[in-house]
Amino acid sequence: MHTGWKRAWAKATPKDRYKVVVVGAGGHGLATAYYLGKNFGIRDVAIIEKGWLGGGNTGRNTTIIRSNYLQDPSAAIYEKSRSLYETLSQELNYNIMFSPRGLIMLAQTEHEVRGYKRTAHANYLQGVATEWIDRDRVKKLCPIMNIDGPRYPVLGGLYQARGGTARHDAVAWGYARACSDMGMDIIQNCEVTGIETVDGHVTSVSTSKGNIGCEKLALVVAGHSSQLAGMAGFRMPIESVALQALVSEPIKPCMDVVVMANTVHGYLSQSDKGEMVIGGGTDGFNNFTQRGSWHHIEETVRALVETFPMLSRLKMLRQWGGIVDMTGDRSPILSTTPVGGIFVNCGWGTGGFKAIPGSGWAMAELIAKGTPGPLSAEFGLNRFREGRFIDESVAAGVAH
Amino acid sequence: MLILTCPYCGVRAEETELAPGGEAHLKRIGPDGSDEAFESYLFDRTNTKGVQLERWRHAYGCGKWFLAARDTVTMQVYGTYEAQAFGPNEDVQATVRVRHPDWSYKL
Repeated sequence: MHTGWKRAWAKATPKDRYKVVVVGAGGHGLATAYYLGKNFGIRDVAIIEKGWLGGGNTGRNTTIIRSNYLQDPSAAIYEKSRSLYETLSQELNYNIMFSPRGLIMLAQTEHEVRGYKRTAHANYLQGVATEWIDRDRVKKLCPIMNIDGPRYPVLGGLYQARGGTARHDAVAWGYARACSDMGMDIIQNCEVTGIETVDGHVTSVSTSKGNIGCEKLALVVAGHSSQLAGMAGFRMPIESVALQALVSEPIKPCMDVVVMANTVHGYLSQSDKGEMVIGGGTDGFNNFTQRGSWHHIEETVRALVETFPMLSRLKMLRQWGGIVDMTGDRSPILSTTPVGGIFVNCGWGTGGFKAIPGSGWAMAELIAKGTPGPLSAEFGLNRFREGRFIDESVAAGVAH
Repeated sequence: MLILTCPYCGVRAEETELAPGGEAHLKRIGPDGSDEAFESYLFDRTNTKGVQLERWRHAYGCGKWFLAARDTVTMQVYGTYEAQAFGPNEDVQATVRVRHPDWSYKL
């Protein structure tokens, strides 16, 4: 049956020069390139990637999509992203398996009850469809849950009916095919080793496949943003840490919503294959190993087993870690930089997958116009100097 | 499992006993500093991929802050030293240079 598959995107060797070079062929980099072509007609673009396409955090997340953020700039870009996900399969003619199955953020402390009610009110004003639901409704939506505690009783939840999941690899592959069809070059196994500038303006990047000239350069490299910025001679307000997730053996369908429990740093959904996908918390120390500390897994699983008792008998199949780029206010950076022609899109931290289409949309506008549009205006690097934080570490808890 | 030896009480502490405190030897900027310097002190980080000098607190032990040289790629701990030091001592530096002969640090 599985024959006749054609190459989805063309194999490319780098040309001498492009109008825009995007570093990083993950979801965000590919979406950036795609909307550069689609919204702004800029197709002289190369997307270069150190490893393989979608092999970083795009392939190492828990595929959750939501937009129930507290602050206005966050709600705007995440809701843009979620709404683009709604029609992305049709737009790319590539099934990204978007599944708006509904998402509950559990309130398990009085503090969270107040916080999520506040978020529900904020979302109402922002035009994001979420609602506060009581514990009986939570139980009805997710019958396998034990809502009585004792340690982590469920007091209610913030429910986003159009939140859900999508197939993470397909998002990268769909964008990649569309970029390739527009004539863009996707160059894998091409590591950036240096960034050349003349008079404070970028001229080219040195790579393991030779020197590539560019008019504009977009750094979309998540956990390695500091290293790339270092090559261009500036520092970033970023720390790279490991975030872990794990997945169980496949079981029959038992749960058709996504549940996030931020008090205990755990989130849970069931994949189409039947695996229970579990996300955990981040380590507190810098780390580039794509492995995390064991005790974070232990904490997450210990707490989830109380809320989902049936999980206790499951065997876990795989565990993995991704290197996430954390900013001081836990909000992303879409910004111009001290070097002319270089733009950064990073700092998505623990919540990047859900933001891929909106991030690409906003980043493409930033690159094409050279100045931020409405979606990215608040996410500039200058907010750290001016104290205009978009504080989601309080609003969203640690889990993102 | 990350294990660091507390230079004060000498306990070989594993990471659940310790609280990480980020990059070490940051220059503290006072009220006279420019906005740029203050931003840099508060937020900009080298985020080293490789040998990093960093702060830890022996939270569930003697409670003291100390510093460590740790590799963020291999997770190897090269050594720990007192929080009051202006840089890693000779022993720690020598241990780092076994693995990274050309290593040097900036304060």
